[in-house]
Amino acid sequence: MISISGFLGQAFAILLALFLAPLLSGWVGQCRAWFQSRTAPPLLLPYYMLQKLFNKDVVLAHNASSLFRAAPFVIFGCMVLACAIVPTLSTDLPFAPAADALALVGVFGLARIFIALAGMDIGTAFGSLGGRREMLVGFLAEPALLMVFFTLAMIAQSTSLATIVETLAHRELVIYPSLAFAGVAFTFVSLAENARVPVDNPATHLELTMIHEAMILEYTGRHLALIEWAASLKLYAYSCLGLALFFPWGIAPGDDIVALIAAIPLLVFKLAIGGFLLAAIETVNAKMRIFRAPEFLGTAFMLAVLGLLVRLLLEVRT
Amino acid sequence: MPGLLSLDLLLIAAAAWLAIGLCGLLAARHQALVSQVLFPAGALVGLWVGVTGIAALGGDPQTAVLAIGLPDLPFHLRLDNLSATFAILLGLTSAGISVYSAGYFGKGDVAGLGTLCLEYHLFLASMLMVLLADDAYAFMVAWECMALSSFFLVTTDHKHEEIRNAGFLYLLIAHIGAIGILLCFGVMTGGAGDYSFAAMRSQELAPFWTSAAFLLALAGFGAKAGLVPLHVWLPEAHPAAPSPVSAMMSGVMLKTAIYGLLRVSFDLLHTTIWWWGVVALVVGLVTALFGVLYATVQNDMKRLLAYSSIENIGLIAVAIGLTLIFHAYGMDALAALAMTAVLYHCLAHAGFKSLLFLCTGSVLHATQERNLGKLGGLIHPMPWVAWLALAGIIAGAGLPPLSGFVSEWLLLQGFLFSPGLPHPWLNMVVPVAAALVVLVAALAGFAMVKFYGIIFLGQMREPALKDAHDAGPWERVGLVWLALITLFLGVMPSTVILRLDAATRQLLGAGLSDTLKEQGWWMLAPISAERASYEPMLVLVTIAATLLLSRWLVRSLYHGRVRRSSPWDCGYHFEGPRAQDTAEGFSQPIRRIFEPVFRMQRHFPAARDTQPFYSVKVEDHFWYWCYLPIARLANWISALIVTLQGGRIAIYLMYSFITLLVLLMVARP
Repeated sequence: MISISGFLGQAFAILLALFLAPLLSGWVGQCRAWFQSRTAPPLLLPYYMLQKLFNKDVVLAHNASSLFRAAPFVIFGCMVLACAIVPTLSTDLPFAPAADALALVGVFGLARIFIALAGMDIGTAFGSLGGRREMLVGFLAEPALLMVFFTLAMIAQSTSLATIVETLAHRELVIYPSLAFAGVAFTFVSLAENARVPVDNPATHLELTMIHEAMILEYTGRHLALIEWAASLKLYAYSCLGLALFFPWGIAPGDDIVALIAAIPLLVFKLAIGGFLLAAIETVNAKMRIFRAPEFLGTAFMLAVLGLLVRLLLEVRT
Repeated sequence: MPGLLSLDLLLIAAAAWLAIGLCGLLAARHQALVSQVLFPAGALVGLWVGVTGIAALGGDPQTAVLAIGLPDLPFHLRLDNLSATFAILLGLTSAGISVYSAGYFGKGDVAGLGTLCLEYHLFLASMLMVLLADDAYAFMVAWECMALSSFFLVTTDHKHEEIRNAGFLYLLIAHIGAIGILLCFGVMTGGAGDYSFAAMRSQELAPFWTSAAFLLALAGFGAKAGLVPLHVWLPEAHPAAPSPVSAMMSGVMLKTAIYGLLRVSFDLLHTTIWWWGVVALVVGLVTALFGVLYATVQNDMKRLLAYSSIENIGLIAVAIGLTLIFHAYGMDALAALAMTAVLYHCLAHAGFKSLLFLCTGSVLHATQERNLGKLGGLIHPMPWVAWLALAGIIAGAGLPPLSGFVSEWLLLQGFLFSPGLPHPWLNMVVPVAAALVVLVAALAGFAMVKFYGIIFLGQMREPALKDAHDAGPWERVGLVWLALITLFLGVMPSTVILRLDAATRQLLGAGLSDTLKEQGWWMLAPISAERASYEPMLVLVTIAATLLLSRWLVRSLYHGRVRRSSPWDCGYHFEGPRAQDTAEGFSQPIRRIFEPVFRMQRHFPAARDTQPFYSVKVEDHFWYWCYLPIARLANWISALIVTLQGGRIAIYLMYSFITLLVLLMVARP
């Protein structure tokens, strides 16, 4: 049954996600600047950006359709739902049964379809190029992500994210080789899914290399603000998912208020480390050609399948 | 209705469809009467069939004997839960398609509308009789009626040679399949000569013969369903047929083949051998991957959907394979899970694929164009069709919260249990097959975005598209009905599965209803809530609520101002519609990554070409590897046989004499 504290915890997790997500993007940008010996932009830059964009008028192309105007809201809705499902602070989430790991992949897929369609709506060369590439990355990344979830689901005997995290957090400290494979594959997939180097570059405005940026070129004002916010929510959701699956310690198991409050600084700390590592990965790698992406994500897929096989061959004692 | 069984009601429905068809033939001259009265009446009969099917689910099997046909060979009929499930599919889907047809065939000048009306309703009635048949004779008669009536529907526009060719190919493969089915029934009688299904159920066959029967059924029904390598007729016949007929064939007729396969492998054959499942799984995976890859590279919108149907049939075959494997090892709860995925995907695909085919019909009527390269931007003149097609592609891409996702989710849950199989290597290999299923689903997303984006979004690629008109009222009703089915199947899976459970129980002796009944209607947790759960209603409500809330907040805290201007396009001069991706361009990554899968003829412009052009033609390997060699072999053999015909009567007399001698030697007592 839905408990009051569980519901409050859920609402708090969503609000925290909405608040922390731009901060995470700002932090990654700052770390990147440090690595590259540039003067770092302010940490709160994403908030200023959102504020500025919300205040600006929306400039729509003459032939923008209603789908173009609706898409940012749908994408934002999908990402808020994703952040509500991923266990960030506690595993006692009333929304958790709404979608398990497989459905979470579906929710990300729904957002992807909408952004790709919105990119194609105006009919510019860049828009359809971005949409096509986004779908390319999508169909390469989704199987790998699903295989990661399959490995974890077999360890936990459940596809529910809350159950997986609880199982992983309370296991004895044995090293599962399958988890190592799954973790590496998950990192690869997260980089590709969040439009990060080496698959895409969030800072690029060199036309031919763009994926995510190419699709949202025609967006302005509040629409762009929502898309940017949704992108940072996606990064936040993936980071929290990675942390919850592979470093699950500190997540409150039930509706324990003290553990919940204690989980907040721990989460911020873990996210800070994660963002720092992401910036490091992005700095030491170069953006690859788009047709190297199949190799990159193919590697992720093979690693995930290897993790699954290792799980089935070595770890299952029957 | 007291005294009338559900079976009687369905027979009345079949008779009503026949009567409507005959009326259509008689009233052929009055186009308005045929389209505006008879087709909607057919839709009402469809609703009747659907409602009767729903009411019949969970009841005892009902049987009847119809004394038509040959003397001493009456039709045995039977309505059980499996036939009721597919009758629901037939009834509810055809209701939408028939209403749509009222608008579709009411516009313009449709030559031979009277005969078309007869063929269409004969097609519907014969599909219903296929589902009700309880002996091989009745089944084959209904099956052939279905094949022939659909052949005539495909060749409605028979003045074009390519359409006649497509129809011939369809007829040929339908009959190869029919031979397989006939032989399968022959094997299952066990030589007893009793062709009723009841006798087949009680036959005890040797394992060799049960396997032979299963493989014949897989080949025979696979030819109708479009399993590789017998899929080649689908991408030819679907574009050739009028859109409502394509919708009916893809949405409903392919499912009758699935019905036949389920009937034979789970009802008539009562033993199951594990490798049957592996065969079905492998054939299904190959079919699904092949179908989706070819779907992504098509430039004709109806061919794209036809290949996408091949993909979906492949996924259904995968689920059947998984069911067979679980069933063979006696893991009946899991077999029930996979079987639910089979039935659910049949229903879901019937809804969304018919919806998409009907949308292409509206586009075709509005623009006279099937080539994706000449469409674009149709969301502006055709908002109804565009927004309803969006529901179709989300379901077709297998994404929440619509219908396609539910069956995919159930199938993947089934795969997650496969490590528990007591077979030494199956438990390793089968989970990896799930990865291919996911790849297929993700590629389906690519194909659907291509379909939708190129037709409805972007700039219009031809100036004439400005005059396109939206779907008329009848067509809208049909489209909305199918979109509602898609939505309902998407957000109320538990309610539907509780109903379908009767069919699963009948076939496997186990079902999901015990676990589902303990949970609320909004929750789908087939094994247990801790194991896995999915609440599509909550997904839909959360996304919708966030959407509305964020829109309201942004507007009230900031503003809702909008200015219009020309597109920015990264500061370049805004190019015309030619700068957009073409249909070929959109699928270029697929052609590049999966190059060996396609047979391509490409022409690249050279550096010094004064009139550079690029062209690519993608063809099916199976034509060159499989069909053309067989055709050449057949020609060669017939050329040999022709030499026997010398044209002189003495030689023919000698043939007769030799035959007589041989017979005398062989038939010596």
